[in-house]
Amino acid sequence: MAKHEYSYYPGCSSQSGASSSNLMRSVNSMCEELDVKLNEIPDWNCCSASIGYGSGSVLPRVSLSARNIALSEEANPGQDIVATCAACWLSTKEASERLHEDEGMFKDVNTALAEANLKLNNNTPVRHMAEVLIEDIGFDALAEGVKKPLEGVKIAGYVGCQTNRPFGIAGESFENPKYLDKLVSSLGGDAIESYEKKVQCCGGALAFSEPEKSQEMIHGIIEAAYDNGADMIVTPCPLCQANVEIYQDEINARYNSKFEMPVVYYSQLISVAYGRNSKDAALDGQLIKAKKLEEIAG
Amino acid sequence: MSLNTAMVEKYRNNFLQEVAGNVEEGDWVKMCMQCGVCAGSCPLGNAWEHTPQKLFMMIRANKRDEVLTSDSMWMCTSCYNCIVRCPRELPITHIMHGLATYAKKLGLAPQSNPTQWFSETFWNNMMKKGRVNELKLGLSLYFKDGFVSGIKESIAHQKLGMNMMKAKRMAPMEIMGGHGVKDLSGLQKMIKKAQDIEAERLEANSK
Repeated sequence: MAKHEYSYYPGCSSQSGASSSNLMRSVNSMCEELDVKLNEIPDWNCCSASIGYGSGSVLPRVSLSARNIALSEEANPGQDIVATCAACWLSTKEASERLHEDEGMFKDVNTALAEANLKLNNNTPVRHMAEVLIEDIGFDALAEGVKKPLEGVKIAGYVGCQTNRPFGIAGESFENPKYLDKLVSSLGGDAIESYEKKVQCCGGALAFSEPEKSQEMIHGIIEAAYDNGADMIVTPCPLCQANVEIYQDEINARYNSKFEMPVVYYSQLISVAYGRNSKDAALDGQLIKAKKLEEIAG
Repeated sequence: MSLNTAMVEKYRNNFLQEVAGNVEEGDWVKMCMQCGVCAGSCPLGNAWEHTPQKLFMMIRANKRDEVLTSDSMWMCTSCYNCIVRCPRELPITHIMHGLATYAKKLGLAPQSNPTQWFSETFWNNMMKKGRVNELKLGLSLYFKDGFVSGIKESIAHQKLGMNMMKAKRMAPMEIMGGHGVKDLSGLQKMIKKAQDIEAERLEANSK
């Protein structure tokens, strides 16, 4: 039996062929190394992220998350739900908290769920993979398993918004969370603690609808990484990763810059530091290659 | 009578009460102390014609049309900065979403606002299969302003698309259907029920 076992909510962007399939692949490798077993919630649905609010108002949106929690309680009873996507985690945890506080809404949601022959008990903690790493495994234990320290790699920890607010990680501040830096240090890398854009918004879904406004923010996020001497940015959030990595060509054209800053996931850092090869760490999923990680992975 | 007219008739001159009774977390609006921390904390603050602080005051001042037809709320990136900084702990992000959704239900949301459009497109895309189809979502974005500009947009983003495919982060076969939930009819019935419950409540509130 695995040391840790969770009910896993991967989310739409983590499916095969989707924009953060590299997150999913590296999370799988990381979990193998850390003896973590992830039991996918059967038939999970989209949480509607944050941007779904315009057409999906409160009750439909909360029902979407409630369905996932109900399915998890049915198939993986007693297991905490763990999400790897910031929006998935936020929506599910927010729904769970609202349904604890609002009895009327809890009743309404169960009326809606009955249409799908489901019932919500809502006694399942909803957690982020970062919490699993920090609280259930711990930085010391993480450091112990390192086979290939990320020596000499300067990494800017970009926490972003929704992994950090409004819930965040226990014991961390909203304005200057330090867990990504601690994680990088545990893996033997050089954490850039003075990275001032660590909680700057990348525009989220507005990167699609308001590209100019969002790219102005993304430009600042990348520029600050360069100013701090970073070799790469690391983030826990799939949308942060995509927004900051994939528009660099467009940003270069718009701002006459020459950005080529790799943006990786914490799970890729851990996979490499634990001795996995480039493919297992999903480094082939980068649009901008993380060469220093590839060199270590071999 | 349209829902909008019915609401105007019912709440005549008390928009604050209308917001408190019908907008997500709207009963919090009266708690705003006008400190402006939300306005200063918003990453897109300079793009808002009326910042949250201003919207709250406008609600109290009965500026109903100006608030509900505004594109300001649609500038919210859901970063939650305002929520965690508000000294009075107003759930500002949710109130902004709530105002936007309410305006849309009343038919007052600005049709030309791209985020308003994207939000609806995202929701409809997701409801078709129970999971988001990223490829179709991206294509609807490119083709939003018609076929010709769609082709132009697609060509402009061709390199990005090719790179995503090469990295196996975009799958052309998704156009054929793609990922989805198995119990789609159960999911859709559930959403229909949730929407009906809300619509009935709104209708009852308008009387």
